[in-house]
Amino acid sequence: MSTVTETLHHDDDHHEHHAPPSGIKRWLYTTNHKDIGTLYLWFAFIMFLTGGAMAMVIRAELFQPGLQIVEPHFFNQMTTVHGLIMVFGAVMPAFTGLANWLVPMMIGAPDMALPRMNNWSFWILPFAFLILLSSLFMDGGGPAFGWTFYAPLSTTYSGDSTALFVFSVHIMGISSIMGAINVIVTIFNMRAPGMTWMKMPLFVWTWLITAFLLIAVMPVLAGAVTMVLTDKFFGTSFFDAAGGGDPVMFQHIFWFFGHPEVYIMILPAFGIISQIVPTFSRKRLFGYSSMVYATASIALLSFIVWAHHMFTTGMPVFAEMFFMLATMLISVPTGVKVFNWVATMWRGSLSFEVPMLFALAFIVLFTIGGLSGLMLAITPVDFQYHDTYFVVAHFHYVLVTGAIFSIMAAVYYWLPKWTGKMFDIPLAKWHFWCSLVSVNVLFFPMHFVGLAGMPRRIPDYALQFADFNKWISLGGFAFGLSQLIFLVIIIKACRKQGEPVSDQVWEGAEGLEWEIPSPAPYHTFETPPVIK
Amino acid sequence: MLSAFQSGTVFAESVADLDQYQLNMRKGVTDISADVYDLHMLMFIICVVIAVGVFGAMFYSILFHRKSRGAKPANFHESVKVEIAWTVIPFVILIVMAVPAAKTLIAMEDASEPDVTVLVTGSQWKWHYKYMDNDVEFYSRLATQADEISGKLDKGVNYLLEVDQPLVIPTDKRVRFLITSDDVIHSWWVPDFAIKQDANPGFINDAWAKVNEPGIYRGQCAELCGKDHGFMPVVVIAKEPAEYDKWIGERQAIQEKAKAEEQRLLAMNMSKDELMSNGQKIYTANCAACHMPNGEGLPGVFPALKGSNIALNDMAAHIDIVLNGKSGTAMAAFAKQLSMSELAAVITFERNAWGNDTDELVQAKDINAALNGQ
Repeated sequence: MSTVTETLHHDDDHHEHHAPPSGIKRWLYTTNHKDIGTLYLWFAFIMFLTGGAMAMVIRAELFQPGLQIVEPHFFNQMTTVHGLIMVFGAVMPAFTGLANWLVPMMIGAPDMALPRMNNWSFWILPFAFLILLSSLFMDGGGPAFGWTFYAPLSTTYSGDSTALFVFSVHIMGISSIMGAINVIVTIFNMRAPGMTWMKMPLFVWTWLITAFLLIAVMPVLAGAVTMVLTDKFFGTSFFDAAGGGDPVMFQHIFWFFGHPEVYIMILPAFGIISQIVPTFSRKRLFGYSSMVYATASIALLSFIVWAHHMFTTGMPVFAEMFFMLATMLISVPTGVKVFNWVATMWRGSLSFEVPMLFALAFIVLFTIGGLSGLMLAITPVDFQYHDTYFVVAHFHYVLVTGAIFSIMAAVYYWLPKWTGKMFDIPLAKWHFWCSLVSVNVLFFPMHFVGLAGMPRRIPDYALQFADFNKWISLGGFAFGLSQLIFLVIIIKACRKQGEPVSDQVWEGAEGLEWEIPSPAPYHTFETPPVIK
Repeated sequence: MLSAFQSGTVFAESVADLDQYQLNMRKGVTDISADVYDLHMLMFIICVVIAVGVFGAMFYSILFHRKSRGAKPANFHESVKVEIAWTVIPFVILIVMAVPAAKTLIAMEDASEPDVTVLVTGSQWKWHYKYMDNDVEFYSRLATQADEISGKLDKGVNYLLEVDQPLVIPTDKRVRFLITSDDVIHSWWVPDFAIKQDANPGFINDAWAKVNEPGIYRGQCAELCGKDHGFMPVVVIAKEPAEYDKWIGERQAIQEKAKAEEQRLLAMNMSKDELMSNGQKIYTANCAACHMPNGEGLPGVFPALKGSNIALNDMAAHIDIVLNGKSGTAMAAFAKQLSMSELAAVITFERNAWGNDTDELVQAKDINAALNGQ
């Protein structure tokens, strides 16, 4: 008898374990990689809209010369918090969300390796950003020293809210490191039998390499903010020449984190594009192994180029030369990637569904950002480009039309698998075309005003920049509004509206995630698949 | 817009170079800036050629290899030869770019054997210029009026790019700039010289220019340096050597006269009205950026003077903080920035404005006493 009861109990447990609990508890207590992926993606989207609203304030103030809407001190808070939110709140969590959803499904694992840590690494993030955003309401406002928080502007000369900034960055860093550990442990230990290294989808490869970059550099950022904290509040002089420190040392430490950081924000994008382009070209990815090696070389080179952000700080000529050459070198593996995507499309059988549209826009616009990056690498010319709108144009091309377009491509590509329904295609095409046009009206003229001599991070400007800034602002408002279309599409998709889709969803899609049912069940691959 | 352009300003003659639709970098007025411009164009052309090639191949596929035209996918997915080619060819292109870049860089960074040396010091939010070979130094501040910024007045042609006292340098001579800062990091940028060099507190950077054409050259601070970063222009006037010598002689005479005048004022007592009206001007130019025109400061960042203990009670502490600044904060030392009579006026103003009615006057001799440690 007792055996029977036990079996029954066991069965009950089994059911409880498998069906998601309902209500808020499902999301608070969840250890399911799909739920956590969803949380990350929604959080990133909310942060994207928040940081975007700040960009709207910036562009409204810059719509015409003169100070109209905000004070310079508040303007500086907007540029600072916009940058922090977009980097740490929008792009990075969005990629972590995609990794949560996709890495286990792509390698045939039932879940992430460390599900409870996964829950924790997500749930500390909202608190980090609440702390950061609440600092805006303090006396003296939030951080106003740029997202790069150069000392001594961020130490001796900053407001009291700097402590909140430091703690929120600490929490973001802990979250990122835990997320990265989870990705690495999952990929190393939970690949299905037969899923050898060189069979892994490129999204998995690029995320694996990104995770190592995160573990290498997030502690450096934590060190930098801690030194800022002690310099400001506890009388140390790491960055104060009067106490034997050096303000330029801050920049070396910051950019030793900061340069790998920009690759953290673009390598997963390379992975996404390498998944999408073959699907809609109906042809295998060209040069799979060279893609893997190129990603690894970009990651390694990213550790020896940091000082190209600092050419005007007065480095010795030898150092300037070294960082110029090392930076130029990065364009070789990056070029290989672009060439491989084009070769994948070459003599394929192309169709242009929404994910492919975003992927194609990514390839063109990211390449423009990459080429302006190559121009910026040339030290003598960088003296003219540095800290102007030319740089702002460059990094928005690689981060908005690069990283963010890749995230949108990914969402459109995998959303039908997640919900089991096709998203609203006509609306999504509107979203694409509105975004594509407005983003170029927004960022392309920035090259011109930058070359003509407009410095970045200024709330007001000389009259000769007026006409272009008007265009830039109009492009900005249009791009901001276009993202509301995206919001509508996502809400409709989450309410499971739309036509049901097949398991494969897209003709030409290959990989384990397309072999499981649509929508993907709450638990997948409880028995590992065997890969031939 | 046009009316703004017609309103007269001191440097109206340079309107012609301010093109509303300027798309490209300026070639500048030094040999180095011309080299930099050529490098920029070389890079730009190489990048355009690469882009046309890559996007051309891509759009060819998009047009001719589309499924709707009945394209059947090919089977190839690697080619060692092609992959080696597109690794090696970019590498060769990079070397072609690196050689002229390295040459220009080495020439730029050689600031040896200067004819004239100027020490450039940034501080929130103005530049200080000191001629190392002559006894001449002065501050250079934004000359655009607050009412132009707030929109109450029409904006002048050189809106935000005009200063009260521009730096003057000779043409056809090697001028070396030693660049440093009193507080945060600034960056001294004159696009026409292709000079952008960070001003780091506690360290000195250098840069040099040999200007080929006389003229007025405008730039701005390029490194975020706090609230008024956008209001810290650089204006340099390049004069023929003979005119430059004349100018520096006059300037030296003016400064000597000012010193003598300061000694004379030490013996005199100024009236409250005179102190207050001078004080207000000095306050607006030097103090209002942080402590605000109404003396209320920015809570949490810059303290209020209105109703503050130091401004109402402790006069010695008041004089001390204005003269010597406060370490660990943004409060700068003004002893070397202002004359004794100016310091007296501004402190008097702060003790009697916005309802701080102490009715106490500070005279130049009080400042002199404080400076001499009495």
